[in-house]
This record gives sequence, structure tokens and C-alpha cells, in this order.
Amino acid sequence: MNPSRVRRPELVCPAGNPAMLEAAVEHGADAVYLGFKDATNARNFNGLNFDERSLAQAIDTAHTHGCRVFLALNTYPQTDGWAHWTAAVDRAAALGVDALILADLGLLAHARERHPELHLHLSVQGSATNYEALAFYHERYGIERAVLPRVLSLEQVAHVVRQSPVAVEVFGFGGLCVMVEGRCALSAYATGQSPNCHGACSPAKFVRWEETPHGLEARVNGFLIDRYAPNEPAGYPTLCKGRFAVRGHTYYAIEEPTSLNTLELLPRLIDIGVAAIKIEGRQRSAAYVAQVTRVWREAIDAALAAPQDFSPRPQWLAALDRVSEGASHTLGAYSRPWK
Amino acid sequence: MMKESRFMVPAALARFVSRLPQTPPAALLAFALDRLLFPRLPLMELEALLEQPLRIEVSDLGLRLALTLTRQGFRPLPAHVAPRLTLRATARDFLALLRREEDADTLFFQRRLALSGDTELGLLVKNTLDAIEIKVPFLPRLR
Repeated sequence: MNPSRVRRPELVCPAGNPAMLEAAVEHGADAVYLGFKDATNARNFNGLNFDERSLAQAIDTAHTHGCRVFLALNTYPQTDGWAHWTAAVDRAAALGVDALILADLGLLAHARERHPELHLHLSVQGSATNYEALAFYHERYGIERAVLPRVLSLEQVAHVVRQSPVAVEVFGFGGLCVMVEGRCALSAYATGQSPNCHGACSPAKFVRWEETPHGLEARVNGFLIDRYAPNEPAGYPTLCKGRFAVRGHTYYAIEEPTSLNTLELLPRLIDIGVAAIKIEGRQRSAAYVAQVTRVWREAIDAALAAPQDFSPRPQWLAALDRVSEGASHTLGAYSRPWK
Repeated sequence: MMKESRFMVPAALARFVSRLPQTPPAALLAFALDRLLFPRLPLMELEALLEQPLRIEVSDLGLRLALTLTRQGFRPLPAHVAPRLTLRATARDFLALLRREEDADTLFFQRRLALSGDTELGLLVKNTLDAIEIKVPFLPRLR
């Protein structure tokens, strides 16, 4: 690694409410991302997120501590929602967020045209996986950063970063999905609502947990998607992580419920030159944000100080595994030893 | 997964408590929530939680506390009222949640927090509680 070109990656942490924002700031986040209390963002759950008043206060708190605030406006408006979504862009601009995280082309155009001073990031929901796509978003809408979907190997990430005209943010830790971000319709198949338009996979009003003689059953709109034995770890009630009977075998037919953890790749991510590392989990809590931010702050600082000697400390891994969905963690698509 | 040793109330005590009338402790919980939580509930969340029968089960204490939220505050409900939402955990885990030492989803994944009934109401309760800082200096630290 050539120290002169080492880029210090920003640690970007989730804030589902003011308490989570404070926990992120206190434990060393460089930036937080958050959303409004509605379907304009992809964590649209009851009791979560910010209204105008709490957002203004959140921005104030974060800025006082040198932490930046990104607002996720990363769902796709349908025809009848257009005015609501553009109003949300206007509100965010008026409140002075440090950047908007957008996916929809129409909203990108609206933001660029009406608010040329706004910094724009392309959301993971935009599903842009190659540098040509990033160049297009940059030239056409002036995006300054893109969050890469979790489908690229480390080599592919390096290739995109080398050629990209914009800064690149990657996911470092948290829940994984089937990773067709912005295009997943599994939830819509069962409920008629997709995360891309309504902001939630398996919206809570369709989910039922029930203790039965066979175990704890999870149903989405009546469909049985999993059944847990007593003391068997549970997961989020999403279709992608359900167990289904396929040709006589009942198993995780789509994907296993594991969490992404790229701690061991940190020196490599820094060397590649990623601009930011994102932590998933706006639906979690202040306790989670505190635990995860603390570990990642220490790890990034350690990796920057002595990249050659870096290896994830056991207590870091234990702390992260404890809060993970599923009993194990994975490097996801970053590692493809078979390639 | 690493097994942690956690404080639990002795099972005999739970068996004893579960046979006692549950309304007095429910009234006590309502009293505490009125002081700690009610004044801080945002209007939007208050409206959504109004008149919903809730049940809190403290598993290791044998407590099954039924209560509801009115515009005047929390009120105990008779034990026979069917809850729309039931939350079950040990005393130690409920306290850790209130203290923001534990994440509700972590406890849920590990099967230490059980939720049944109306999931949407459950998320609302969980997220509302997490958004409100409850400073309870006298809560014992159970490890």
C-alpha cells in the first residue's frame, strides 16, 4: 500500500430515530443516513424515521459533532405519488441535509434541476454495478457518490472504483438480501407490495408470528414461510429467507439468513480506495448502532494505522456476531474463491 | 453461538407468582409507564396505540400483565381480555431493552423476545420505545 494515496473511508451508520443518531455520533460515525416517516425510503416501518422537526434537530446534533447527514429517498414513486416524493426532495433540500441518496431517475432529474446545490448519491436501490452506469449518472445528474449493490466480488469492486468518476460506497456489515436491489418483487408476490415502491419487505401488517405445537411459525399474508424449533435462531420474516419444500426437501431454497461482515477485508477495501463503508440496520435500535459503530470505528482506525498488521480482533467479531441475523456471517459476493 | 450466563428469577417463584392475581402488578406497571413513558409519547404514536389491548409477559417472574393506553394514560385490563399484541421476555431482558443495552431484533433472533398477535402494532411499540429515552436510575442491573 502506498501511504500517499491512502484514502480514509468514511464510516456511514444507520439512524432510524434520534437515539440511534446520537449513538452513531457518540461512537464515531463520520456520517449517518436516515429517512422520512413514509414510503419515500426503504425502511418504512411504524414508529421509525424522522419528521421535519426531528430531522432539523438531528442535522443540528450531527453537525455540532462533525458528523454528516445523508437522507435516503430511495424508493420509486408511482404516478399518483409523484408530488409527494418531489415534495420530500424539496423538504430535504430546505432542511440542509449533506446529501440525498436517490434511486429514481425522475427524482434525480428533479433534484438536479430544482436544487443544483444538493449533493446527490446514487442509492444501492439504483442497482448500478458498472462504471459506465456511474459515469452516466454523474454526467447526466451530477451524482458525486454511488452505493454499490452487494453483488460484486472484491476484484470487481476494485475495477469499478479505478474507473469510476464518482466516489464509491460499499456495504460493510449487516443484513443481506437476495441482492437484486431495486428490482426485487418477492415481497410483492406474497403481499402485493414491493420494497421498491412501498419501502418495506414483508410489511408488518402482513406478518404473523404464531406459537404452535410444531414450533414458532412465521406467515406472510397467510403463506407459511418458516417454522422454528424451540431455541432455534429466528430471522426476519422475508420470503428470501424462508424455508420451502422443494422436491421433498425443506430448506432455505433461496438464501440462508446470514449477515454480511467484511471486517477481514478492511485493509483491502481501504487499498482499493472505497470512499465509504456503510452499516445496514435503520430498523434496529440505539443499542445495535452503538455496538456496531464502536467496533467499526476501532477497526477502521486500526487498519489505517497499521494495515500490514491488521486482523479482526476476536472481541470485534464476537460483538458483531451477537447482533447478526442468522447464526453465522459471510463475506457475501465479495469473496468468490471459485472464480 | 457463545452461551452467556444470564440472570433468571428462580422457577419456583415464577410458579408461585403466576397463581396470584395479575391485576395489581398490571396496575403497578401502568402507574410506572404513566410517569416514565406517557408524557414523552409523540402524538402520532399515541394515536396509533390508543385502546389497543397489550400483554406483557415476564416469563421468569410468571407475570402476565394486561394493559391498554387511553388519552389519560395507561390502564390495567382484566386478564381475560384478549390482547392484540403479546410481548414475552425475562425480567433481565426487558430491563436491558429499557436501558438500551440490548437490541430488540437481537433478542428476537435469539428467541429471547417473543412477539405474537399484531406484528404492525409490535413494531410500533418496539420502535416507539426505542425512540424515547427512559432514564430510570433505580432500575437494578441484572447480569
